[in-house]
Amino acid sequence: MDTLLLARTQFAFTAIFHFFFVPLTVGLSIFTAILETVYLKTRNEKYKHLVKFWGNLFLINFAVGVVTGIVMEFQLGMNWSTYAKFVGDIFGVPLAIEALLAFFVESTFIGIWVFGWNKLPKALHAASIWIVALGSTLSAFWILAANSFMQSPVGYKMAMNGSRVEMSDFLTLIFNTYVWRQFPHVLAGGIVTGGFFVIAISAWHLMKNTKEKNDFETSIKFAAIYAFIGTILVILSGHAQMQNLLKTQPMKAAAAEALWNTENPASFSIFTIPDEKSLKDVFAIRLPGMLSFLAYNTFDGEIKGIKELQKTYQQQYGSGNYIPSITATYWSFRFMIGAGTLMLITSLFTLYRVIRKKYTFSPLLGTLMFWSFLLPYIANSSGWILAEIGRQPWIVFGLLKTENGVTPSSIVNSSELAFSLIVFLLIYGILIITDIFLMKKYAIAGIQTSE
Amino acid sequence: MDVQTIWFILIAAFFTAYFVLEGFDFGVGILLPFMSTKDIERRTIINTIGPFWDGNEMWLITAVGTMFAAFPNWYATFCSIFYPVWVAMLASLIFRGVAFEFRSKHDNPVWRNFWDWSIFGGSALPAVLWGIVLSNFIRGVPIDASMNYTGVLFNLFNPYTLVCGLTSLLIFTFHGAIFLSLKTTGILQETAMNFAKKLWTPAMLFYMIFTVYTITETDLYHSIEISRLLIPLISILALASVIFMLSKNASGWAFTMTTITIAFSTITIFKSLYPRVLVSSLNPLWSLTIYNTSSSSYTLGILTIVAMIFIPLIIIYQGWSYWIFHQRITMDSELEY
Repeated sequence: MDTLLLARTQFAFTAIFHFFFVPLTVGLSIFTAILETVYLKTRNEKYKHLVKFWGNLFLINFAVGVVTGIVMEFQLGMNWSTYAKFVGDIFGVPLAIEALLAFFVESTFIGIWVFGWNKLPKALHAASIWIVALGSTLSAFWILAANSFMQSPVGYKMAMNGSRVEMSDFLTLIFNTYVWRQFPHVLAGGIVTGGFFVIAISAWHLMKNTKEKNDFETSIKFAAIYAFIGTILVILSGHAQMQNLLKTQPMKAAAAEALWNTENPASFSIFTIPDEKSLKDVFAIRLPGMLSFLAYNTFDGEIKGIKELQKTYQQQYGSGNYIPSITATYWSFRFMIGAGTLMLITSLFTLYRVIRKKYTFSPLLGTLMFWSFLLPYIANSSGWILAEIGRQPWIVFGLLKTENGVTPSSIVNSSELAFSLIVFLLIYGILIITDIFLMKKYAIAGIQTSE
Repeated sequence: MDVQTIWFILIAAFFTAYFVLEGFDFGVGILLPFMSTKDIERRTIINTIGPFWDGNEMWLITAVGTMFAAFPNWYATFCSIFYPVWVAMLASLIFRGVAFEFRSKHDNPVWRNFWDWSIFGGSALPAVLWGIVLSNFIRGVPIDASMNYTGVLFNLFNPYTLVCGLTSLLIFTFHGAIFLSLKTTGILQETAMNFAKKLWTPAMLFYMIFTVYTITETDLYHSIEISRLLIPLISILALASVIFMLSKNASGWAFTMTTITIAFSTITIFKSLYPRVLVSSLNPLWSLTIYNTSSSSYTLGILTIVAMIFIPLIIIYQGWSYWIFHQRITMDSELEY
């Protein structure tokens, strides 16, 4: 295998694996912080037990998120050194700010929170988990600000000799429309992930009728509201992001819809089996006019198709293939919105049950509710697959192609890469097995009411 | 002073903070399996660094993150040419990081032993690797005229860099033993003290070999200005003096001295590099410098503003976290598992 493919595979595994843990870190830290605030206000010991229980699960997840994040930081220089040199002047800045402003806060205050139960006044202890939550949220913002430059470059100029891009305006960079569409979506995704995680485990306990029934009723009550708000936000922000995508990366949007030809009004695909070679449908069911409606809030309006965009890009950037993998983009988008729809149904249903104070779950319902925790994971991962694969062949849209960003094979050869890929895959395998084992153990063990 | 120099100093300072702080938590991790076989004692040992190690590691993340932003070509070369070293380093830091969280979460001797040895390996290997990386910085690596690395993996490992790796391993372990003697009581404190006393001789020996070897192998001491020799002289004297402090059970002073040794050694390395960031062993003119690797002055300006606001804040809240947990850890104190 060539180094490009190996480097891409390694990056894909690391990024997706890392992002298994990030949304839950964001969502569960905010959730735990809310519970601890309630404890602070009510001084009801029940809430302290809840904080400890959900906090414990949060910590198991957090540890894996942190260590895989370190790999992300080094990997850009290790495998993508040409890219790093090309964009460092811009891309490095949000990364550096993330470390100085967010990650540092998060890592210091998590230590204070874990070890400070008996050393800090209650208010300060509660504040420290809020700071952790704020830190992880800010951390997400700065990473996404960096990613947004790759998706939709703004605030830059080409260096004199054309060897790299340089920042021309910092404020333009951080007020990139792309990041202000992407960040709320990712944040809401985190809230949903946290909410469904709590709903799932609570429903399981309620189904099994375990002794801490009352505590899990409280948990599911909070989580139902939390997950519902998150789901609504994730859908609204996702919609806004797609509308923006049509302007900034029309090819990604067209690929996500398998829209071969420019249409006005444009149809929305319900189910398509694409033929990537000859750029046509093998089989398709489409809703006429629906895509125009989603894009422009009215049933007419032109959406550019893949073939036309390919022609435009060839004129603009020279000959080459500017079409990403249609199967990957189309289906990752379907998985994301499919999971999103199921999340909306589940969260509405949970909210309804909570409002009606129905806390008993039959074995079938409890099992279904339990496995619903997977929905946000499916949506998160497929969202990123859509975002990153859909950008191909570019690593920085319009400026640098992925194939030109990889570390030269004279520096990192394919055997070194194959070796590191195996090492990382083994480690990720061990981590995920251990993580699930511990999560399961502590989730089943339930809430410790006596210490 | 130009803005490139400011950022070189800041990154050198981040690395210095990293080696001083993570140095002792590496040392504690290395000593963990040898200090005790009793679970409660091992947990006590881990709790001496429990609230700190993650924050300590942030100095590395910050050093590398700001290196990316301020000197992209340094970052890109630094990460890519030491590729296998980073794979090993990252693997170590991953196992070590999760081990602190995972080891107490399951009550099974095999499980706990596995994670305790992960903490050991995840601390010992980086301790060696950092010595190897830093010595390659100053010894030089084959970099050609177009800033490309032309060497192979084998170039990174040679008698000099291996001596440096062993030296950093010993110094960090020694630093960690003294930290443990500061933070524990009773039998653990005694054991830590014994380790510290035993470790002084090999640490001192290797540090001297390292110093002499550096004179012959690198251009570090080529100019014999007093100001240039003062800092390495202080660091070696500080290390030498530790044995007297240990004999008087003055762990606090001993810890101050190993801190000085680590800090001043790091400073010496960066000071002698300046204005280079990676020395080319092929031709001195091909070395990477802070000027041919840096970002634009606009970007460096933005970074400087950010750093001026947030670095003082970091020092304040990290200092505060050390203050909260300044007491010695005893086995009777409530251990957060």
